[in-house]
Amino acid sequence: MRKKKVSGGSTLRKPLVKWGWFFLGPVLLAFSIGFVWPFIQGIYLSFCEFRLISDTTFVGFENYIEVFKDGSFLHSFWYTALFAITSLVIINVLSFMVAYALTQGIKGSNLFRTVFFMPNLIGGIVLGYIWSMIFDGILSKWDTSILLESKWGFWGLIILLCWQQIGYMMIIYIAGLQSVSEDMLEAARIDGASQGQTLFNVIIPNVMPSITICTFLSLTNGFKLFDQNLALTAGQPYIIQEGGTVIKTTEMLALNIYNTFYGQSASAQGVAQAKAVVFFILVAGLGLMQLAFTRKREVQQ
Amino acid sequence: MKRALSLILTLVLCLGLFAGCGGTEKGSVYWLNFKPESDEVLQEVAKMYKEETGVEVKVVTAASGTYNQTLLAEMDKKNAPTLFVIGNQNAVKDWKDYALNLKDTAIAKELNTDAYNLYDEDGNLVSIGYCYECYGIIVNPKLIEEAGFKMDDIKNFEGLKKVAESIHSRAAELGFDAFSASDMDDSSSWRFTGHMANLEYYYESKDAGGWKACPESIEGTYMENFKNLYDLCINNSTVAPNTLATGGHDAQNEFKTGKAAFYVNGSWEYSAVSETVKDATMIPYYCGVEGEEKAGLNCGTENCWAINSKASEADQKATMDFMVWCVTNEKASRKLVDTFGVMPYKNAAESTNGFLAAASKYTADGCYVMDWATNYQPNVDEYRKALVAALNTYNSDQTAANWEKVETAFVDGWAVQYKAANK
Repeated sequence: MRKKKVSGGSTLRKPLVKWGWFFLGPVLLAFSIGFVWPFIQGIYLSFCEFRLISDTTFVGFENYIEVFKDGSFLHSFWYTALFAITSLVIINVLSFMVAYALTQGIKGSNLFRTVFFMPNLIGGIVLGYIWSMIFDGILSKWDTSILLESKWGFWGLIILLCWQQIGYMMIIYIAGLQSVSEDMLEAARIDGASQGQTLFNVIIPNVMPSITICTFLSLTNGFKLFDQNLALTAGQPYIIQEGGTVIKTTEMLALNIYNTFYGQSASAQGVAQAKAVVFFILVAGLGLMQLAFTRKREVQQ
Repeated sequence: MKRALSLILTLVLCLGLFAGCGGTEKGSVYWLNFKPESDEVLQEVAKMYKEETGVEVKVVTAASGTYNQTLLAEMDKKNAPTLFVIGNQNAVKDWKDYALNLKDTAIAKELNTDAYNLYDEDGNLVSIGYCYECYGIIVNPKLIEEAGFKMDDIKNFEGLKKVAESIHSRAAELGFDAFSASDMDDSSSWRFTGHMANLEYYYESKDAGGWKACPESIEGTYMENFKNLYDLCINNSTVAPNTLATGGHDAQNEFKTGKAAFYVNGSWEYSAVSETVKDATMIPYYCGVEGEEKAGLNCGTENCWAINSKASEADQKATMDFMVWCVTNEKASRKLVDTFGVMPYKNAAESTNGFLAAASKYTADGCYVMDWATNYQPNVDEYRKALVAALNTYNSDQTAANWEKVETAFVDGWAVQYKAANK
């Protein structure tokens, strides 16, 4: 920490107060236009029926009632929740293992790190398309396709997301692992702690901040997943129900919102907007809960 | 260093604020085009017009499959499109309040047929066809002859079935197969869920005296006929039916290189296909309906111009002038006809498209045109997606139970989507 000179506090503070708004202004303005205003407008629109956002009719809570009557939304909610939790566990366990292995001083660690990180640089749509070809190439041996069975759609998306995100989380874990102080590890060694004991009682509590970040990222990523979902299965296979309604078995929340917004009539746009607001509350709520939960387990050095 | 960095970040944030502020000009045209494949030519035409009259014509093309999204976003802006596309009854419902009534306007007077225009329920002429297309089964006559048949053998479903099955059974020996791949991915599935499905809608609407508006529900009377042709198509093809779901085959290329004798598609394929298959022609969807020897091709359009009624009067007039120029100016209409195939206007250039020529020959021979009843599909994207999902299941395992699912998506799905679209 740099120490500031605090002589003559009032002479320093005055111009700061005066100029503060001048310097904050542009950023504040940009933030308001780019985030705050669209956010408020989005919430307002969820109470409206509209085709163009400049031409709306207020309908009250009608859209929200529709949302909870919509079976496809509830289906995609549970499906997304299952997906997010599964991917959270698998991604974090695997990326921690990889990070742990790559901080043991193996030869070529840097090369491995680079290679593991690279999938993260490919866009979701391209990834989804490529993986759909790979999966189908394999599944066709058993006369099926990723678009024909929901379980393959589910695990396919898990594999895809793992492949894409493990490298990213690995980088965060590596940074965390490297900051565990050598003194502490040495002390543990001298005290005769086994490798397992060192890992669980010394290392993991000390990388808790990384775990907090990584679980937060993978949880919200899992919930917000859109392009990979669209490109890999786009919700297929559908269950065609008696009477012609369908359940898109592998449709996640974000895709469900998108399909509601663009796939149906103007009256559904307000419903989609309401879904988006519910979606926001869900993701924000879960994220905060998870943060509070893992924060408690962080230790200060 | 840190300060410089935050300054840069601040500047970047602020830049975003000023982007997108542009000027407006008096009486200009802004055409929101929905066919990426015609973008290049439209840009040329716009430039020609600017050179000739000095009026600015801006052509923006929405990326493939995103026309609706783009239109929604663009119409919300201050410089909204003055000329846009309202291509089917669904779109008429959504956009009629933004469309100028074109009845008896200068452009309407140039038309040589009313067949491709769209009206709303109050009888306003909402949009006006600027070209039409046809679809059916593209055939390579040379391969048919190589297989020992004549084109005249195919006059109904029986004939088509005989030829296709015979070719498929001898594919190894002949070196080519009957149908090219019928992939079910987004780039290809519309050939079946949008086009081939039309045979069911068309015959059903014909029985009902022709649909004037989207019916609340359909009967599925001709599902058996759809199944006839669809089965023939997937089971006598270059690829096995259970490999169609994710696609990845190149049907056009299979046809162009002589690996397949039949190719389900439309008139827009003519320029590509005729590069190698010079005498390619098109036959109707023969599907086992009585009297189908008199069937013609499926003709219709989704290319319908609408003028933005919320645009300024000067812009509206400039747009109208531009449209009239497009269909009367010799050089411009030549260019446009060469890309669009044909334009139904009195003074437009003649068509050079072989498939459209086949379409008019059928009409001249007294065959009935199969209208695009398909344009009535309610919530078209969602409806077709469900149909694709059901067909995928059927393709991999052709049981009666799986076909029943296809029927449910096809027939009951219509009513479901109609309800969703008309809430």
